[in-house]
Amino acid sequence: MAKVFVEVIAKFTKDGQKVPLIIKWKDGRSFDIDRVLDVRRAASLKAGGQGIRYKCRINGRETYLWLEDDKWFVDSKA
Amino acid sequence: MSPYLCPKNAMHLEGTAVLIMTRVILHSDLNNFYASVECLYNPEIRSRPVAVCGSQSTRHGIVLAKNQVAKQFGVKTGEAIWEARAKCPDLVIVRPNYVRYLKFSMMARKIYENYTNLVEAFGIDENWLDVTESTRLFGSGKKIADEIRRKIKYELGITASVGVSFNKVFAKLGSDMRKPDATTVITPENYREMVWGLPADDMIYVGPSTRRKLADIGISTIGDLACAPPGFLESHLGQWGRTLWIFANGYDDTPVTRLDFQPRIKGVGNSLTTPRDLCTDEDVKILTYVLAESVAERLRRHHLRGRTVQICIRSSDLAFIERQGKLPHHTCTSSEIAEKALEIFARSWDWSKNIRMLGVRVTDVVMGNGYEQLSFFDDGKRLRRERLEASIDRIRSRFGHYSVQRAVLLKSPELNANPVEENVIHPVSFFR
Repeated sequence: MAKVFVEVIAKFTKDGQKVPLIIKWKDGRSFDIDRVLDVRRAASLKAGGQGIRYKCRINGRETYLWLEDDKWFVDSKA
Repeated sequence: MSPYLCPKNAMHLEGTAVLIMTRVILHSDLNNFYASVECLYNPEIRSRPVAVCGSQSTRHGIVLAKNQVAKQFGVKTGEAIWEARAKCPDLVIVRPNYVRYLKFSMMARKIYENYTNLVEAFGIDENWLDVTESTRLFGSGKKIADEIRRKIKYELGITASVGVSFNKVFAKLGSDMRKPDATTVITPENYREMVWGLPADDMIYVGPSTRRKLADIGISTIGDLACAPPGFLESHLGQWGRTLWIFANGYDDTPVTRLDFQPRIKGVGNSLTTPRDLCTDEDVKILTYVLAESVAERLRRHHLRGRTVQICIRSSDLAFIERQGKLPHHTCTSSEIAEKALEIFARSWDWSKNIRMLGVRVTDVVMGNGYEQLSFFDDGKRLRRERLEASIDRIRSRFGHYSVQRAVLLKSPELNANPVEENVIHPVSFFR
């Protein structure tokens, strides 16, 4: 597993929440986040790091996205 | 209930019944803290022996922390890198990242604050928590400790050992007993079996020197210490002997300092009772510069500036006066503080008596990194002075306080001192 920092388009709600909408992958592809299922602080032992973890549903599959010190990352198999 | 509980915690009820209020104190210790954080961020080194070490080029090349694998090789905190490498040739050396450690320390503290506002830090990786009242909401001390450990592991990716007991000393002993990631409970009922057999130097504040002194009088375990007559300990160790006896018997009732008890710095001051009475303006000038330099250095260290300068004077017949004056702007330079202090002194003292003690204090402080109205009439002198004094701080930190001095201070060496370093009282945390 590798820690991959990604570009994210997010919505800042009026009560201060950050909701990720689109993940832009390093090869230029974009993935729409259908739904955020859970938000909590958690460590990523596989990628190495910790932050606010967003459990997201993308194309029917669940994946984790972390926000660590204003940078977004995922744990990638690549 | 144990008869060993402190009478201060006893509550008298109607009639003759007495209820003993047992405190529930937790001590949480983040295991191998620096190394654990480094291993979290570098999964590829997690299974290898890792030591976090200072820089060799700046002569700070010692082991600051090591992970569990390195510990098995006998690597010890505080030893030189070459010593550690001799024990473990494959040791992975990583540089410390203090900003990250502080961030983790604060996140751990946030977890503790979910359970109580009585959280007292003891270093970057240890905290005491008084959860006596919280047990009604969250369950027993052990339940809270287990929950805290689980949260730290899940949210921060590191582990903690937690000691649960009825005083701070035993709670700390508990967190040291089982590592990593474990909860140890020491109760009024089991502390004799659990604690008294341990070596005396497992207890807080028994260092190598006290251990040697205790060994000289035949005391090697905490139990020996607890059973020794307190007067006997006092005769060998002074007042400290009685304190250790109190600790060993579980009588310690030191409170966990409140979370919201964060004393804001309202002023910075230093005073000195001189080896001889001050009897001339020249003497006062020398001491004022000594004190102003110390005050200014401490202001700069805390990124503060002050506007009101106070002086206090105790005369040779112990009479005391305090006078103050305001500067046109906030400052952190010794020259401005000293000049103002001398101006106040000149109008406040008629030399009818000599001076035994002199103090300089700066109040009305603000954070020094804020914005300040600039003056049209300032020719840049103030900025140059500030830069000069900041450079002197750096020189002194490298070569010692007395490496750079004002010429005036050489006139009377017995009045020259370094209050910044010579007035620090250790330890600062436990007895607050």
